[in-house]
Amino acid sequence: MTALAWLLIAAPAAAGLAGLLVHRRDFAVVLAYTGPGAALACAAAVSFANPQASYVLADFGSVTATAALDLSPGACAVALATGFVSLLVQLYSAAYLRDDPRYAPFAAQVNLFCAAMLLVVAADDLVLLLIGWEVMGACSYLLIAHYAKLPQAPGAAAKAFLVTRFGDVAFVLGVMITGVAAGTFRIGEIHDAPTLAMLLILFGCIGKSAQFPLQIWLPPAMAGPTPVSALIHAATMVAAGAYVLTRLLPAWPADLLLVVAVVAAVTMVGAGLCALAARDVKGVLAWSTVSQVGFMFAAVAVAAGDAALFHLVAHAAFKGLLFLTAGVVIALAGTDGSLRATRLRPGDSRLAFWAMTIGLAAMAGLPPLGGFYSKETVLGAAYEAGTPAGVVVFWAGVGASILTAAYATRLWLLLFWRGPGPAALPAVPRAESFSLWALTAATVLVGALYYAGPFEVPELHGDLMALLLLATVGGIAIVADSWWRDGRAREPVPDRDPARILGRARGALAEGLYAERLAAKATRSAAAALSAAATTLDVRLVDGGAVEGSARATLAAAEHTAEGHRGGLVRYLRLSAAGTLVVAAVAIGVGLWN
Amino acid sequence: MLVLAAALPASGALAVWGLRRKPYAHWIGAGAAGLAFAAVALLPVGRDTGALIAGDGATWWHRVAIPWAPSLHLDFALAVDGVSWTLALLTALLGVLCCLHNAVGAEQRAADLYGADQASASASLQPASAPLQEPAGSVENGGTPGGGDPVTGVHAAGPATSGHLQVATGASGSLQDGAGSVEIGGPPLAAAPVHGVPSGAGGEERDGWQSPVLTALLLAVQAASTLVFLADNLVLFFIAFEAVLLPMWAIVHRFGDPRTRRRAAAKFALFTIAGSLLMATGLFVAIADTGTADLGAIIAAGGVSSGVSLLVFSLLAIGFAVKAPLWPLHSWLPDAHTAAPTVGSVLLAGVLLKLGTYGLIRVAGGLAPEGAADAAPVLAVLAAVGIVVAGLVCLRLPELKRLIAYSSVGHMGFVVLAFAAGTEAGLRAALFGNLAHGLVTPLLFFLAGALKARTRTGSLTALGGLRLAAPALAGLLGFAALASLGLPGLAGFWGEAFTVYAAAERGGAWLLLAAAAAFGAFLAAAYLLRMLKHVSHGSVAPAAFGIGDVSAAEAAVWSPLVAGTLLLGLVPGPLLALFAEGHL
Repeated sequence: MTALAWLLIAAPAAAGLAGLLVHRRDFAVVLAYTGPGAALACAAAVSFANPQASYVLADFGSVTATAALDLSPGACAVALATGFVSLLVQLYSAAYLRDDPRYAPFAAQVNLFCAAMLLVVAADDLVLLLIGWEVMGACSYLLIAHYAKLPQAPGAAAKAFLVTRFGDVAFVLGVMITGVAAGTFRIGEIHDAPTLAMLLILFGCIGKSAQFPLQIWLPPAMAGPTPVSALIHAATMVAAGAYVLTRLLPAWPADLLLVVAVVAAVTMVGAGLCALAARDVKGVLAWSTVSQVGFMFAAVAVAAGDAALFHLVAHAAFKGLLFLTAGVVIALAGTDGSLRATRLRPGDSRLAFWAMTIGLAAMAGLPPLGGFYSKETVLGAAYEAGTPAGVVVFWAGVGASILTAAYATRLWLLLFWRGPGPAALPAVPRAESFSLWALTAATVLVGALYYAGPFEVPELHGDLMALLLLATVGGIAIVADSWWRDGRAREPVPDRDPARILGRARGALAEGLYAERLAAKATRSAAAALSAAATTLDVRLVDGGAVEGSARATLAAAEHTAEGHRGGLVRYLRLSAAGTLVVAAVAIGVGLWN
Repeated sequence: MLVLAAALPASGALAVWGLRRKPYAHWIGAGAAGLAFAAVALLPVGRDTGALIAGDGATWWHRVAIPWAPSLHLDFALAVDGVSWTLALLTALLGVLCCLHNAVGAEQRAADLYGADQASASASLQPASAPLQEPAGSVENGGTPGGGDPVTGVHAAGPATSGHLQVATGASGSLQDGAGSVEIGGPPLAAAPVHGVPSGAGGEERDGWQSPVLTALLLAVQAASTLVFLADNLVLFFIAFEAVLLPMWAIVHRFGDPRTRRRAAAKFALFTIAGSLLMATGLFVAIADTGTADLGAIIAAGGVSSGVSLLVFSLLAIGFAVKAPLWPLHSWLPDAHTAAPTVGSVLLAGVLLKLGTYGLIRVAGGLAPEGAADAAPVLAVLAAVGIVVAGLVCLRLPELKRLIAYSSVGHMGFVVLAFAAGTEAGLRAALFGNLAHGLVTPLLFFLAGALKARTRTGSLTALGGLRLAAPALAGLLGFAALASLGLPGLAGFWGEAFTVYAAAERGGAWLLLAAAAAFGAFLAAAYLLRMLKHVSHGSVAPAAFGIGDVSAAEAAVWSPLVAGTLLLGLVPGPLLALFAEGHL
């Protein structure tokens, strides 16, 4: 069984590495399916046995990094979700990138990405986890930069990698301090870690999960192909931060949970507002991911790790569905994805319409879809916690639920109910529709995990359910009211967008409160200034001043000495006469003295 | 076997020098390097595995000692253990690869000249006809001069064929970006018959570039460096240490970039000689203090007496810090690396810097452990400053090779910081990081050299679109960059991450140094991504238009480095075990 556990990671990794070497498309496609397919099978198999394994990876004397896996039931569920979404993404992208000459490296990188996430999920050693953690970041860089023609792609990719890597500075430090304090990197053996170390690790998780204040990398990451967005947002990278926090929950100092709660609350509400104002389809979904991962952080803040994992799995299903459907919708509408231009009629593609509808309903938390159960669990845990952190995240969660319903409704109305879309519709490739069907089914059925899943989650509360439904209906009503009044207006409103309810803040929110631009500007100028200062120090002072200066001084000294030896015969005669006189004078003086 | 390891490349160097007019001289050199590699690789056979204590109390695997000039304390004493063996193996490996690179380059160049003669008639017509033809087609014509020529055909077989297909796509890709690039692409097309061939050769330096003399000098560097790593006698160590300098100076001075090589070589030589003089003083103080020059015996006895410990360590450390190089004694390095030919840069980064760190860890740390402990904070602060400053400087360097050279300062800063931390984990991290840098940075220099040979520029702003023009080369460059920024799972990670660990282990103010090191790793990501953005991404730059992709010979030379980087990254255990039984 441990062999299967290793195969879970090794299969997609090997398929990915092999895929980097092949050039032929058919081989690449086979490898693309084999990797996540094998991983999915392994994940299904190990979820019956929950194996553990550990080998010494690197012995540094006072501390040892082990290759340790621990596939607890929760980890198995996340691994299943990862394998499932990755497989469907591979299936989808084989059709989506059918004309792309760089498909082979793309598929290979998706496989490596999947392997890295599975490593994060399965690892029971912080150093091993770190390997998956950063390889995932590097793969996200490669995948976001996939489109060679898109001018903003390399910048967006570098931003994603650098922002997460900035978080990783803290993460690595935190891991190392934890290792020093605990004498081990095994997650199962770390019982209480220093507060500083945990804060640092939290910062790393914030970076990876695009939470406040490091949310800036996620919206530009849309420059990558749509399947990549689905992968990053659904079951992998963004969720990894929340996942790691749940793994470390036993070692978490209680007073630190309030910090998590504040981060979660700010992120949930702020990102929800940004999603309501966003100007393109994928932008809405990106901000909604930030907000939904905030819910997972909220569950962590009330020490309800299983609730966070449940929401992670449910979110993987509906967010994967939403992104892949968005790709289909944008392709059908033939636009760049901006909300102003993208429109379809429900009848244009029944599949796209229903997939989008079900996905949005699940995200908004309508029963009996998966999102309803998971969100109720998170808020139920917060309700039961009775801690300050619980109070903070509970009310923020209710507010965020209203916003979720509002932006989901807005997206739905704008996409499907604005009259005729494009005249000619391309056909949806069969592989793409299969992926949509499979994810739709998963979105509907994932709620069953509440009743028969591996998660220990709180009971459903009747009053809470009522409150949640009220919030959702309220959110829908606000948007619907605006929409309906615009529709009934005497003269047609040019921009019939319910985001107008945000008033003047709308522009700022659509830009993510300019955080990205500000951060970019600040970083760029700081980097330029520091780098210029360092160059001055290094090139002018050290090299030009000390080194070349000493060389010049030596040369000058040599020059002067040489000059003294360059007289004619007369000069030497004079000098020797003078020297003789001096010697004689001294000798006479000494003689007289004695 | 120990003697063979050093003697083979030395005699190879003499043989190549003697036969330098013969066309097969290169292959003699490669053969000698290969044999030396085999000799070094066989060293672990029949080793004493730690339990057996040799006569002088040291746990060497093997030891040879032949009295040479006893009155000077000079014995021809060689010994090997896990620490020195890995470095000697790295030296031998890089020696083989450099000799092969040279030999292949020479063959390629001979073929090119022959092919260029054949194609000269058609080449003279091409500038006029190229704009009229379909450009992708003309790239293919230009890329394979004398495509039917039997000599070139050997190299154009296999991957080169697919390479040319990709060249065609790259060309059409850039065509869509603007017709202007076709016109700018005109002159490189005209030059293509000589320089655009998929090989590491091309006109990187002046005509005599592939001269067998270079191979002879490489072998001399290899022989002397191996001797440094294996020396068990301090005087022998010093002699070998100095002996590395001369051939290396000659490589930079004779075969370097014509504009800067003289100045760079002089700077390199003066800097290192100044360092070595201090080092020599330190060594002789140590010999006078202990009455013996036997390195193993002094280490086993716990070093020099505590009165002179700090003095000895400071003298030795300054000497080695120049070579390592430790900030602020590094300023010879960017000039020398940038000016040196590709193989010179590879050896500089892969071997010469290792002499400094090896000396620091084994000799300075071994002879004067107390002094090392006293001086550790100074070393650590300088190392951390070096990491951060090198990272910041790299953020705005405009030239590819210079950037890689400066990044070495940062990487070596990690090694010195880990050593200064002085803990068990720190020492192992230092040794690991040392070796990893010896694999990754040479790979980067090989790639940069290949890129410069193809595009004839190293300026970041003049490059672009490599991913479209030469996907395999871009992929390798990306791999090497990821390895260099310390991506977990590749070789660079273990040394750097556990440097942070070792510094954190010391606690207190060392935490700040740990944070600086971690931030340095972030800066490495920033500048390497900047490099990739300029070189690989975007549309194809005129300089990169129609260049060849990785040839089979190049792939063969580079693959050991790629494989080693992956292997050390994924399975670091065995190497750490070797260090653990080493003798520090």
